[in-house]
Amino acid sequence: MSTNKMKLEREGDRYVVVTRRFDAPPELVYRAHTETELIQKWMLGPEGWTMPVCINEPWPGGKIRFEWSDGKGNGFYLTGEFVEAQPYSRLVHVERMHLPAPTPDNYIETDFAPDGTGTLMTMRMTLPDAQTREAMLATGMEHGMEASYVRLESLLQPVA
Amino acid sequence: MKLAVSDPTLDAAFFALSDPTRRAILARLARGEATVMELAEPFELTQPAISRHLKVLEKARLIDRRVEGPKRPCRLAKTGIDDVERWLSSLREVLARNYDRLDQVLAEMKSTSEKGKAKQ
Repeated sequence: MSTNKMKLEREGDRYVVVTRRFDAPPELVYRAHTETELIQKWMLGPEGWTMPVCINEPWPGGKIRFEWSDGKGNGFYLTGEFVEAQPYSRLVHVERMHLPAPTPDNYIETDFAPDGTGTLMTMRMTLPDAQTREAMLATGMEHGMEASYVRLESLLQPVA
Repeated sequence: MKLAVSDPTLDAAFFALSDPTRRAILARLARGEATVMELAEPFELTQPAISRHLKVLEKARLIDRRVEGPKRPCRLAKTGIDDVERWLSSLREVLARNYDRLDQVLAEMKSTSEKGKAKQ
């Protein structure tokens, strides 16, 4: 449905704001973001990746640990802590990727607002610094055009 | 995002990069700008031959040339896509896939809860 199209925009130099509408009430969208057996069904990235380990404790101070694998020996994990959890309207958490060195903390606020019979979700996160972006792109969770540009750039490396 | 079947800019870039002399020219320009004469010397090519290679690279938007009096030094072009945009497009792709899958999960949750209600 076109009205459910995701929007991802930069907010100044430091933030990224993602908005997406879902055809389900906030209670269900919130649960899909907090119950591990539901998270493991969708928060996966490209086709073929799975999340064999999923720990998610949605209360202040609660821990987060997601481990992804592409089934071919590649993988990485994310850890975090919840700052705030208001069922079924708001989640605030801090997370970092381990690639394997930890990236700087990303502070993420996610709001779930009723929108007719559905939910409008707004997620605001920190824009990572250049070094972190590079490390994240190297996880293999990128393909398509991205892979083409990476190939192009590797061809452009000065010959030693 | 699907990879376009044919992207004229990318096609031109890959064609330009298919030649070892042009790749060597780019490698030289990665160290700093140079004139046709400066490029001709180490490659042991005539200036017209170098100029032909430069035209291919310019058409592919891999290099650009600035005017400085009678000289037109060449330099590597900016990719046109800033590094932040590249990262955001990768993030956008991963999130869009995730949320499409989440739509399915929510549809399953809805139908389960409706079945539950029907039984009551």
